[in-house]
Amino acid sequence: MADTKELINALSTKHGVERRSLLPILQGIVEKENYLSKESMLEVAKVLDISAAEVYGTASFFSFLDTKERGQYVIRVCKSMTCDMKGKEEILSTIESVLKIKLGETTQDKKFSFLETNCLGLCEEGPAMLINDDYFVKLTPAKIREILDRYLRNEI
Amino acid sequence: MANKITLTIDGHQVTVEHGTSILDAAKQINIKIPTLCHHEDLCVAGNCRICVVEQVGKQTLTASCATPADNGMTILTSSPKIRRARKDIMALLVSEHNTQCTTCYRSTNCELQILSAEYNVDNSIYMSVLKKDDCEIDKASWSVEKDNSKCIRCQRCVRTCADIQHVNALAVTERGKDMKISTFMHLPMNEIVCTNCGQCITHCPTGALTERRYYDEIWAAIDNPEKHVIINTAPAVRVALGEMLGYPVGTRVTGKMVTALKKMGFNSVLDTDFTADLTIIEEGTELLGRLKDALVHKKPVSLPMITSCSPGWIKFIEHMYPEHLGHLSSCKSPQQMFGALAKTYYAEKKGIDPANIVSVAGMPCAAKKFEANRPEMRDSGYQDVDAGLTTRELGYMIKQSGLNFQDLEDDDFDKIMGESTGAAVIFGATGGVMEAALRTVYFLITGRNVPFEHLNITPVRGLEGIKAASVKFENCLPEYSFLEGVEAKVAIAHGLKNARIIMDQIAAGTSPYHFIEIMACPGGCIGGGGQPIPTTNEIRQKRIDAIYAEDMGKPIRMSHENPEVAQIYAEYLKVPLGEKSHHLLHTKYRKRNRY
Repeated sequence: MADTKELINALSTKHGVERRSLLPILQGIVEKENYLSKESMLEVAKVLDISAAEVYGTASFFSFLDTKERGQYVIRVCKSMTCDMKGKEEILSTIESVLKIKLGETTQDKKFSFLETNCLGLCEEGPAMLINDDYFVKLTPAKIREILDRYLRNEI
Repeated sequence: MANKITLTIDGHQVTVEHGTSILDAAKQINIKIPTLCHHEDLCVAGNCRICVVEQVGKQTLTASCATPADNGMTILTSSPKIRRARKDIMALLVSEHNTQCTTCYRSTNCELQILSAEYNVDNSIYMSVLKKDDCEIDKASWSVEKDNSKCIRCQRCVRTCADIQHVNALAVTERGKDMKISTFMHLPMNEIVCTNCGQCITHCPTGALTERRYYDEIWAAIDNPEKHVIINTAPAVRVALGEMLGYPVGTRVTGKMVTALKKMGFNSVLDTDFTADLTIIEEGTELLGRLKDALVHKKPVSLPMITSCSPGWIKFIEHMYPEHLGHLSSCKSPQQMFGALAKTYYAEKKGIDPANIVSVAGMPCAAKKFEANRPEMRDSGYQDVDAGLTTRELGYMIKQSGLNFQDLEDDDFDKIMGESTGAAVIFGATGGVMEAALRTVYFLITGRNVPFEHLNITPVRGLEGIKAASVKFENCLPEYSFLEGVEAKVAIAHGLKNARIIMDQIAAGTSPYHFIEIMACPGGCIGGGGQPIPTTNEIRQKRIDAIYAEDMGKPIRMSHENPEVAQIYAEYLKVPLGEKSHHLLHTKYRKRNRY
């Protein structure tokens, strides 16, 4: 929590404490902590002197501002129709079998969270997915295994 | 004419001020446009779309609440296209709504239900998309119940909590089909910064936000022959209850209310005003003590002193300004003083076992329910107040009892603890506590009545958000010579937005005042969260007028002249701020979470 406080202080020094600073501060927290904890949202409310409900209202509006605990790497597989037609299901089941978690879950070591996302705009190269801010296209089960293996062996 | 706009609505020319919405322009020529998200107390939202009108020359329909009138506009408010659109909008709203109207607390007083009936909405057009999860009612708060299945997401509550109260306990959360009005991380209503003021309830168009009801427990107590059930009613109830029972706004129904409550089986019908008068004595003495400490003993004291009658305000300061709790008067609210005395003084005098007394408070307030359940409010050895009922609940109880209210004779409050003065009656209006306090404090200091015609201290009255006044003490009695020539500066704030302004002054050390009255609800208790719905400024003013008329009609109009107050000091309390008073009539406050 001390770290979170320091982080939020640094972010508010950088972005200011106006109402409009809320979004960049929340993004900054997610970048470092993967999600917005209850404590971090309360701290943001305190620093900006706005209600916690307002912070949560803003956070819950955006898919990429998670308010549930997430792992170090958040995998988001595109759920659009095009990726679906290009074999998304097989991608999902491969990830499930490699990481041993179901869609929506986080691995016990808090390394991976496994989610779907709305269209990434990479339809012509689908199926596509994001791991944090990096995107991967033309996915196949073999490619997934290879990508996840690199993350598992910290070779990224 | 630069600031005037002329437009045509349904063939009638109308000239309005620049900036007037089409909706308000239509209102000026008696054309009614239906609304749901619109409320005159609140900023424009324009999100329900039911107020759409046709603007000639424009293809799309226009939300009349959110569009300013413009020169040369030709507006149609009733055309086949509009009727179809409104009916469709209603049908969509209804498709998301829990339409079990027959069992809804707001049935017959629900804006959605009324419009749905007016437009004869066919609920077979759209499939119901009501979500099961939303049907779970949040009943965690002592005061406010929240039922998302009845919510139409008009955000009137959100704007009320933000604009009027500056609390922001409610916010819009999630997005799209999942969007809902909720709290921080969907916490239950008792775990958030909610002040329980209930303004969200009186601004809600449907039954999504209601007060927690206790009247079934009260009926059960009345039916139990072992229980001695007493009720005390607050001043604001008697000037608003009539609205529930067929009277026009601003009708005083004090006598009929007393008769009804007696006929319903309350063993004793008493007046919160008695403890309002007592509050004035205790609080006035406390104020004089603080002034003496400051001026004579040069002790550091918390000035300005702030009133503590409004439980919504108390919870607000506990959440928002906990470092300034010392400014609050230590006096309990009249409701809680009444409760503590009901199970001690009253029980003794009447020879009743306090364990068998059920003490009910009829209040214009939602926060009083929470206040009654504060763990520290048990100084009588029992829960001092067993239940706080709203004016609305009392109205429904009277209806349930089958009485023909309008035909009832007038009756007087029972004794003891039923005597009151005009000073106590005006507690119900913003500025009232201040006026009552000044009437008594001025008399105590100078031995003379306040220098205002008919005791009416008009500068502290009215609906202005923050009012300031000053009273100079001259020719003081010897005991109060330290106040000779002192100009007491007072302020009155109502609505927590205004309370925040006052508190920010205090926090900055720039507050020029000695004594401040703060009420959580706009207009004071007459505009409370437990009052009949709707409440607008016009309605608030009529209730205020009724309060002052009630005051003028009282033979005694100063708290220190209340004979029952004199009696309780002689027989029981001995002196103001004495040992008994401290034990029964005063309390402490606590810090609560800020966000």
